[in-house]
Amino acid sequence: MTRKLIKIVNRLIFRTCRTPYFFIWVPLFCIACGPSSWNNPYPYQESNELVYYDSFSERPKHLDPVSSYSSNEYIFLGQIYEPLLQYHFLKRPYELAPLTAINLPIAIYQDKDGKILAEDSKAEDIASVKYRISIKPGILYQPHPAFAKDKSDNYLYHKLNLTDLKDIHTLSDFDNTGTRELLASDYIYQIKRMAHPRIHSPIAGLMEKYILGLDKFSDELKNIYQIKLNSGFLNLNDHELSGAKLIDKYTFEITLKEKYPQFLYWLSMSFFSPMPWEADLFYSQKGFAEKNISLDWYPIGTGPFMLTENNPNRRMVLERNPNFRGELFPIDGENKDRDIGLLDDAGKKMPFIDKAIYSLEKESIPAWNKFLQGYYDTSGIVSDSFDQAVQFNTQGDAQLTEEMEQKGIKLLTTTTASTYYMGFNMADDLVGGNTERARLLRRAISIAVDYEEYISIFANGRGKPAQGPIPPGIFGYVSDETGINPYVYQWENNKAIRQSVEQAKELMSKAGYKNGRDEITGKPLVLNLDTPAAGPGSKASFDWLRKQFAKLGINLVIRATDYNRFQEKMRKGTAQIFQWGWNADYPDPENFFFLLYGPNAKIDHNGENAANYQNEKFDLLFDQMKSMKNGPERQKLINQIVELVRYDAPWLWGYHPVGFSLHHDWYKNAKPNLMANNTLKYKRINPKLRAEKRIEWNKPIWWPIVIVLFVFSVILLPAFILYRRKENQLISW
Amino acid sequence: MYALPILIGVNIITFVLFFVVNTPDDMARMHLGIKRVSEAAIVKWKDDRGYNKPILFNGRVDGTKKITETIFFQNSVKLFVFDFGRSDSGRDIGYDISQRMWPSLAITVPSLFIGLLAYISFGLILAFFRGSYVDVSGVVLCVIMMSISGLFYIIGGQYLIGKFLHLVPISGYDTGLNAFKFIILPVLVGLIGGIGASTRWYRTIFLEEMNKDYVRTARAKGLPESRVLYRHVLTNGLIPILTGVVVILPSLFMGSLIVESFFAIPGLGSYTIDAINRQDFAIVRSMVFLGSVLYIIGLILTDISYTFVDPRVRLN
Repeated sequence: MTRKLIKIVNRLIFRTCRTPYFFIWVPLFCIACGPSSWNNPYPYQESNELVYYDSFSERPKHLDPVSSYSSNEYIFLGQIYEPLLQYHFLKRPYELAPLTAINLPIAIYQDKDGKILAEDSKAEDIASVKYRISIKPGILYQPHPAFAKDKSDNYLYHKLNLTDLKDIHTLSDFDNTGTRELLASDYIYQIKRMAHPRIHSPIAGLMEKYILGLDKFSDELKNIYQIKLNSGFLNLNDHELSGAKLIDKYTFEITLKEKYPQFLYWLSMSFFSPMPWEADLFYSQKGFAEKNISLDWYPIGTGPFMLTENNPNRRMVLERNPNFRGELFPIDGENKDRDIGLLDDAGKKMPFIDKAIYSLEKESIPAWNKFLQGYYDTSGIVSDSFDQAVQFNTQGDAQLTEEMEQKGIKLLTTTTASTYYMGFNMADDLVGGNTERARLLRRAISIAVDYEEYISIFANGRGKPAQGPIPPGIFGYVSDETGINPYVYQWENNKAIRQSVEQAKELMSKAGYKNGRDEITGKPLVLNLDTPAAGPGSKASFDWLRKQFAKLGINLVIRATDYNRFQEKMRKGTAQIFQWGWNADYPDPENFFFLLYGPNAKIDHNGENAANYQNEKFDLLFDQMKSMKNGPERQKLINQIVELVRYDAPWLWGYHPVGFSLHHDWYKNAKPNLMANNTLKYKRINPKLRAEKRIEWNKPIWWPIVIVLFVFSVILLPAFILYRRKENQLISW
Repeated sequence: MYALPILIGVNIITFVLFFVVNTPDDMARMHLGIKRVSEAAIVKWKDDRGYNKPILFNGRVDGTKKITETIFFQNSVKLFVFDFGRSDSGRDIGYDISQRMWPSLAITVPSLFIGLLAYISFGLILAFFRGSYVDVSGVVLCVIMMSISGLFYIIGGQYLIGKFLHLVPISGYDTGLNAFKFIILPVLVGLIGGIGASTRWYRTIFLEEMNKDYVRTARAKGLPESRVLYRHVLTNGLIPILTGVVVILPSLFMGSLIVESFFAIPGLGSYTIDAINRQDFAIVRSMVFLGSVLYIIGLILTDISYTFVDPRVRLN
């Protein structure tokens, strides 16, 4: 009997293994062995740890703070490197606060004789501006092999040869690490790196204009590098930069050539992060670049986190820096912050999490579904998922759907400090120029293109129609009746209403384009939109745009081209109408007005003035406004500048996107901060609640598979009977 | 010997196509970003990567340097000794390929072999029940499945198995044995996505074999239909199947472009797509070259495999 049973079991196993089902059952069995949810992409052991989970869609290009200039890179760099200043996490409008600096630097203005001038002195009287900056003592770098020393205090890894690197493939392959205190000289070293001939720093040109001697320093380094080295380590400490002087161990001085109050904002960006010379030397050694060990891949900072895994093809992992000094959570913020619990952690030591795992998700659908399953703590909302997540109430306010509310998901919205606009090439004969005819044409188009409708159709309502170049939240923006663009809107029932198409047609008639026909030539008016967007995804928006221009009888031709050709057209000034955008570097109107500043014109100066707008009065007012302190006088100038550009209409002002973000109930201290990049340290996670919810939301469901197998069996049963009959028939035949 | 001219030809075509669309200036702008890019930075970028030379012919120098001192020559010659050099962002391409081929193989190898087993089985079943309701409904099902986009299977699979049934992670990847749970869904989706076309193809092959004389003889000898199928039809039907399979074996290294992208698999398929999007010519030309080499190896292997499955074929 037993032997028979063994025989049956054996046959069963043998048969199971012979079928393709074997390859399905075994893995499923293996997964079933784990105690967590089957679809959990993370190890079970991590469930109760203070880990923050997020995703990223694009590989960071640069992790060297002097080169990095992209928000998807700042996500990581902001947590690792510490510039001198930071933005206050809670206060609005945005306010700078010291980070490694002891205080906010105060500008000392001097004339050409070295005499100290008052703060409100005229810009032309000021010959130099000095910022003396002291940093906090006792700040340590993260553990790093560049600092590792032997017992005799010699650096262990500063004189490596190719044989030493034989078994080294990543930074973690070095056995020893070390640290050292942050010094003022590290900040000077980084400023000098902007001029390094081997490194591309996007703000080098801008800073050469302001930092004393940086342009000459750049030329000097170029010569030295070409003549002496052309590769390897160039110790920047051996070369003096007149605009950055070391005063003592913790103090240094930066000298600017002219008044530039926005400089303080730059000091809060990663370009001005400290860089130890040891790291520069370490990464410059022969053989390192070939092994992909570089500063662009393995950052070295003093911040709350350090990058312990850099695999941008799969995931990036930040872990708590064991040497971090422990910054305290802010004790003040906006009035409402205390009521909504944003000051519950006031005065507590940060960071609150131990690890942050960012997984690569190239497609938005899997990322969104994993957020709903609780495997990501936060998420944006793509158009595909918008209706599932958000609905608008009768007042037009965005609110979460019932499904989201049941899951305890929270919604945060904020108008971003950016602008998407449609620009006219002012160098174009038809739409550009300073003639009344062209100006009226531009204004008529500005009225006809209904951005309220565009936002509703193409941005799911996530946008605010722009009244000028300055977005809400930036000094100079006026939100009431006086802030509307009178050439496009009128104030009715306490809100801005777009002028009618009839009014736009009237302007067209005045311009000599009655019913969209040129009265001089008699030909219909044809305008061209140059765009790098192509393909079915963009078709709907192009159709919509054609419809908007057609309201005035204008035939809009879409000249779609690849991105490279589009850039070329913009550089050469052969584009006619284009769509463009700008994200603020810092919360100052100067950072938007400079997009229309004459000396920044794209054609002549390869600058950021893509519309090639030229207006002497504008340039004059801009020069005055940019160095002023925020206040009524500056506001007055800003109003004048805004009026000028509204009148000339070099842009259709477009809209300012409203950012929507979601987070789970277990994710705390969430407040949108569009300027700060180092916000991870403020975040708190409740891992217990997260683990519970994940299990609750991800219970495996088997019944559909059982039903499918049953249905298949029923369908195949007659076939099996047929098979048996056929076999028997053949044998008997 | 035909491999060398093919590789040179592929290299030239890749090079010309790439540089017709992207000039070195365009590549520099793409790498340096959109904001605040100066002409000096573009020149510096090109100098660092050797893109400051003429593309195909250098008229400023003499002799053979007219050819050798060009972007084409400098970038192409090393490929023939499999020195892929460094990507335009500075990474060692050879190292990246060696790291990224394993996730690709983790998906493509099981997909191929499990798929082969399943498709041959289904093909045989349909051939066995030819003309019956099983065959007719099977063929209809195959046609329907063939007509559905591969993207639908991916999104549908993620929704059904990952999101609705909660059986496996929707996307992601891990190393070692932990990779197992991430592989199941892409393999299953690949398997289901290929059922329609492959099963129909195998069914046709088997039916063609079943109409041949030796099968009629076997039946005349009184062999049961199952034995005719498994012993005779399957063995002889393997020749065209093998031809189709062996040729794609080496290219399994290259991974799948869409599957890797949707399932966030860090393989070579997504490596190529990323490089095209970033206009990283160094990676694009390396991957195209590698693809050509693997394809040629596949063709050679196919020729060799004929000798194993068909004794009448001999390599001269």
